[in-house]
Amino acid sequence: MTAIDPTAHLTAEQIEELGRELDAIRDEVIAGRGEKDAAYIRKVISAQRKLELFSRGVLLFSIFPPAWLVGTAGLSVAKIMENMEIGHNVLHGQWDWMRDPKIHSTTWDWDHVSPAEQWKHSHNELHHTYTNVIGKDNDLGYGIMRVDEDQKWHPFHLGQPLWNFINACFFEYGIAAYDLELGKNLNKRRRKNPEFRARARAVGRKIRKQVLKDYVIHPLLSGPSFLTTLAATFTANLVRNIWSHSVIMCGHFPEGVQVFERRSIKGETRGQWYLRQMMGSANISGSKAMHFMTGNLSHQIEHHLFPDLPSNRYAEVAVKVRALFEKYELEYVTGPLPKQVFSAWHKVFRLSLPNRKPRVKTPDREQELVAA
Amino acid sequence: MTSAALRSRAWKLLEMVTTPLLPSDYLDLVSPLRAGGDLRGRIEAVHPETGDAATLVIRPGRGWRGHTAGQYVRIGVDVDGVRLWRAYSVTSPSNRQDGRITITVKAIPDGKVSNHLVRRAQPGTLIQLDQATGDFVVPEARPAKVLYLTAGSGITPVMGMLRDIELDDVVMVHSAPQPQDVIFRNDLHDLVADKKLRLTELHTDTDGMLDISRLDELVPDWAERETWACGPAGLLDAAEDHWTEHGVPERLHTERFRPGVVVTGDGGEVTFGTTGKTVDADGATPLLDVGEEAGVLMPSGCRMGICFGCVTPLTAGAVRDLRTGEITEAGPGVLIQTCVSAAAGPCDIER
Repeated sequence: MTAIDPTAHLTAEQIEELGRELDAIRDEVIAGRGEKDAAYIRKVISAQRKLELFSRGVLLFSIFPPAWLVGTAGLSVAKIMENMEIGHNVLHGQWDWMRDPKIHSTTWDWDHVSPAEQWKHSHNELHHTYTNVIGKDNDLGYGIMRVDEDQKWHPFHLGQPLWNFINACFFEYGIAAYDLELGKNLNKRRRKNPEFRARARAVGRKIRKQVLKDYVIHPLLSGPSFLTTLAATFTANLVRNIWSHSVIMCGHFPEGVQVFERRSIKGETRGQWYLRQMMGSANISGSKAMHFMTGNLSHQIEHHLFPDLPSNRYAEVAVKVRALFEKYELEYVTGPLPKQVFSAWHKVFRLSLPNRKPRVKTPDREQELVAA
Repeated sequence: MTSAALRSRAWKLLEMVTTPLLPSDYLDLVSPLRAGGDLRGRIEAVHPETGDAATLVIRPGRGWRGHTAGQYVRIGVDVDGVRLWRAYSVTSPSNRQDGRITITVKAIPDGKVSNHLVRRAQPGTLIQLDQATGDFVVPEARPAKVLYLTAGSGITPVMGMLRDIELDDVVMVHSAPQPQDVIFRNDLHDLVADKKLRLTELHTDTDGMLDISRLDELVPDWAERETWACGPAGLLDAAEDHWTEHGVPERLHTERFRPGVVVTGDGGEVTFGTTGKTVDADGATPLLDVGEEAGVLMPSGCRMGICFGCVTPLTAGAVRDLRTGEITEAGPGVLIQTCVSAAAGPCDIER
């Protein structure tokens, strides 16, 4: 965290003007949505399904090492596409405008142990509304890590590099536990709550189906390739989990990203909300293929400003958003994946140790605006 | 174990293999028109009829159950990436040998779907299909004398009937602006030449609109005829009054293509269909707030239009997006974000 508020030079009027300029970018994309975008998502979905079918088919013969390699690689890529460019974005309602009931946030289910409904609540609603607000946005460290100097240190945090590594390997289970708010809900009184129990049962059902598919039925169908198929699916899930964990860590954890105090969002205007999204997110730079494999979450800043715009449009939006960052003299946090991943991990290690209370407090828009 | 039980077990196993998708999601990749899948059709050809009308030859999926002459079919077409549903009369005979059906579409001004189908639809395109429906049909006990009273694209269900059912005494009074606007003009004149139809063709650009009282002169025995009428609302309203005045309303069967035009305004009466509550709403209050004020349990989320946690079916009327001003009209599959939508006239919401 920086000791100085990086948005202090902006007046209230400038912030509202910024909001209007961002609204204009959004309106332009919405007015231009059409056939090409629809064709894009349909093509991606169809390609993903074909790749998954092909890879699972090859894995039936995974007793032969080349088949294992090809099948495992294919399945890993298919699973990444499914979670990132398709699942995450469809569940955001990015494709609801097509009115196709098969590609709709209310009907979609994904290859993930967290049921779509629960994820939509904790992610779309809590995380995207309260981005980087300490105490409101649990994505800040997922409730198991300390990722900002302002957060209170506890000896438990000494182990956080390890927790983070385990979380990366079993990320989808971590997300499911997080969506259930397991830490908070496991105490004696709360775990008996019927609403929590119903949600926990839904997660249980989803885990059972996912495990049956990946670790029982597909291996059984492979007959003599039982063990190698099992290993291949495990590997593909591991690759997908580590990949998505890395991409997602790059969204809000790298150095330069701001966090906010709970009281700073009281009575927040649209312009201030936009500004918080801008300062609370970070991008990953890279090739088209890189953007695609991250589900365009490499354009995390743009995604946080406009979470419901189709993902294939973030690249063109990013050019305009970046120009606004420059115009308003704000820092656009971005960098190649290795650099951003290193930066995020570095923070995880650094904050596992206690620090002195920072001199200047977290940006508090309310106070500043009163002062201005 | 019975074979049905065995099949259902096998299906369950297959569902586990494809989880969280369904086997049909994969089958759709290879065979979208198969039996057992969602009903779809493929446009195989588009034949122009007039300057602004065209006939589409559609190969329906295996689940198609056929139609009765005069019925209509609802089709879902993707226009600019958005799936829109419209109803069109089937114009092919019900016993067509190759199993194809045809619909005939007239492009109406500003009609998104009709213009798309007439001017841009490509053979090979998949469309969504519903089973044929509608009671604008000739009964099994064929009437001895029939009158078809049509105007404009109102000819389409009647053409379906003419091609399907041969009757001894058929009279038709059809109106269109000019001769070149008469859809199926050649087909109609062929029927006349074969003495299967007596036709009065009116051209409203030169003759003016049909005055219903002229029927006495055009078809003196109209009151004895079983009549099927289809055309603009004005014609049908006049016909209904006329038949009622003469005490024979049961002889008249009408088909209205566009039942009610959605009136858009600022605010209106909001009906929550499931709970049966009705309240007045202004044009600036989000429907989420309107519902909650009225004590309806509304799904909600971020309350700023980003999380899609509040989407709810809009079953009638129209709403305005408070951010963009865009109007959304009700229709099948139309969902709205209640937190950023306000009433744009009377509307019904499924809650």
